[in-house]
Amino acid sequence: MLDQNTFDLRKYIQGNGQSMGVWIALVVMIVFGALRYDNFAGAYNISSFLNYNSMFIAIALGMCFVIMTGGIDLSVGSVVAFTSVCVAYLSPYGIQVALPGGILAGMAIGALNAFFVIAMRIPPFIATLATMLGAKGGALVISGRQTISVDWTSNFTKFGMNNVGGILPWSIIVVAILAVALWIVLEKTSIGRTVEAIGGGEDATKMMGLPVNRAKAFVYILSGGCAGLAGVILASGFGAGQPLEGVGWELSAIASVVVGGTLLTGGLGSVPATVAGALLLGLVFNILNFENGRGVISFSAYWQMVIRGLFLFVVILLQSRVSRVGAKQGA
Amino acid sequence: MAGFDAKTLTKHGGLIALAVLLLINIAITPNFLQMQTLFVNISQVATIAIVAVGMTLVIATAGIDLSVGAVMAVAGALAPLIFLSDFAQAYPTLGLAASIIVPILVALLCGLFNGVLVAYLGVQPIIATLIFFISGRGIAQVLTNGNLQTFTHPGFSYLGTGKILGLPFQGWLVLLIAIVFWYIVNRTMYGRRILAVGGNENAARLTGTPVRRVKTGVYVISAGLSGIAGLIVVAINSASDAARIGNLMELDAIASAVVGGTLLMGGKAPIFGAVLGAVIIQLVKYTLLANGVADEVALIAKAGIIVLAVYVQQGRKE
Repeated sequence: MLDQNTFDLRKYIQGNGQSMGVWIALVVMIVFGALRYDNFAGAYNISSFLNYNSMFIAIALGMCFVIMTGGIDLSVGSVVAFTSVCVAYLSPYGIQVALPGGILAGMAIGALNAFFVIAMRIPPFIATLATMLGAKGGALVISGRQTISVDWTSNFTKFGMNNVGGILPWSIIVVAILAVALWIVLEKTSIGRTVEAIGGGEDATKMMGLPVNRAKAFVYILSGGCAGLAGVILASGFGAGQPLEGVGWELSAIASVVVGGTLLTGGLGSVPATVAGALLLGLVFNILNFENGRGVISFSAYWQMVIRGLFLFVVILLQSRVSRVGAKQGA
Repeated sequence: MAGFDAKTLTKHGGLIALAVLLLINIAITPNFLQMQTLFVNISQVATIAIVAVGMTLVIATAGIDLSVGAVMAVAGALAPLIFLSDFAQAYPTLGLAASIIVPILVALLCGLFNGVLVAYLGVQPIIATLIFFISGRGIAQVLTNGNLQTFTHPGFSYLGTGKILGLPFQGWLVLLIAIVFWYIVNRTMYGRRILAVGGNENAARLTGTPVRRVKTGVYVISAGLSGIAGLIVVAINSASDAARIGNLMELDAIASAVVGGTLLMGGKAPIFGAVLGAVIIQLVKYTLLANGVADEVALIAKAGIIVLAVYVQQGRKE
């Protein structure tokens, strides 16, 4: 059914259309918000927006790599909760201990995922669904089902609460550095190329002699580490380790990655577009909050989950057209 | 029974696990050998078993349905809204019928949504059903405004507390559902088509199987059974909490199906295996709970069981 419509769409994709689309949508929404709401472009909204969404960007970055290998990591939300509790206990030693500690705790769970997926050959969604449960249970066990308050006398909370120049939170600076590093890893290093190759075809990649298992281990540990970083930001930004937070965050991360143009079947992927995807999803909620504030519409917190689902649905609809065109190209 | 080797272990793993669990419980759990224990476990296992039957069909087509728990929440939130409404107060019988039929219809619609995404739009099952996995529970909470709905309604509660021949109503329902779907899988064209799609989708398509319709069908069935399970949970508790109905049910159902011998890559649908799997999962839960193990530790234990069950099964296919 190669009608006029799909033919146009194919050209659109060849011109890197979807990735462009994210950036355009992002700009449109920012302009819309800035014109419609008084405080939208104010320093307070910008810095709190960036601070809050730095967590979602972090987990989306890890998820992007996992999805590129054709896998999935459903455990990220629980890992955020688990590490936020871990670092709450580490907070008296300062951010210089808590930050690496939280990232390492996340990487440890990522390593468990990697072990299940690679050594035990358990399908990624089952393996990470199991660690999702396990990490959630772990968070509840070590916290005794309580929110764990952090130490306010150390420099720990400065990381999640202070800004540079009143507008750039420390958290987003760290996440931005991470994003640039991962961009370089993906585009310029052999492990990055192996990751992309695995998504294109795992068996073929193996036959080419590329280190498939090492690359897969890398992506799961990376995703765990990114979730660990998000856990540090959560605990230091809100002043507490929160064992019940992070529910549904994996969905946000997956949606961000997909809207950034990474195909869910693996292979194609882009770090900057994933960041843009995460920002876009964050902006949707930010603008809805402002609408709430104006009293035009009224959304309870429960709507958040519904909207996340809707957002993913719309993105999937768009992508299912994209990937079908892609498949036809390949055929 | 020549030798008790690895092959025997994987083939009869479910029954062996059940026997071991029963022996452990007889040894350590206080008051295990009592009718009360049997009733509690039957009424609890029913929801897992019902959902697991649907999950087995979905997995048999090489799919997965992560939305089962959320669909349970939607159905479970709707039912009290209906039978507590003014309409149901005025026409009790009609209200009761509507409070059972409408939630199941809505559940079927959720399944249709999943099925169309997977079968007609080519979205991977994990992602397609992930949409309802999160937003379904959100919808249920929006419907009830996040409130706990409590009620006394003997008619509706029969679903969860009624007894036939001295055994819980939902136990009989499980038996009925299992027999019906065993028959469908093993004796009807539709059942054969499900297995064919899971075994080799391309071959099935080439031999004229309506692959898309078959796939859509299993998601609709799975959601419909989840809807029934949601009603039962609400009936057992005489209360409906959208945040908790069917929470983590997808894991129990997947685990039951896998423990029961369903291959994750499709092509097999052991319906009674899934029921056996559900009994094992329930018994593990009961063992931990009855011996004072904390909920969160039980979560970790369940995660371990799932990984182990899938791992053992990987060995079986080779």
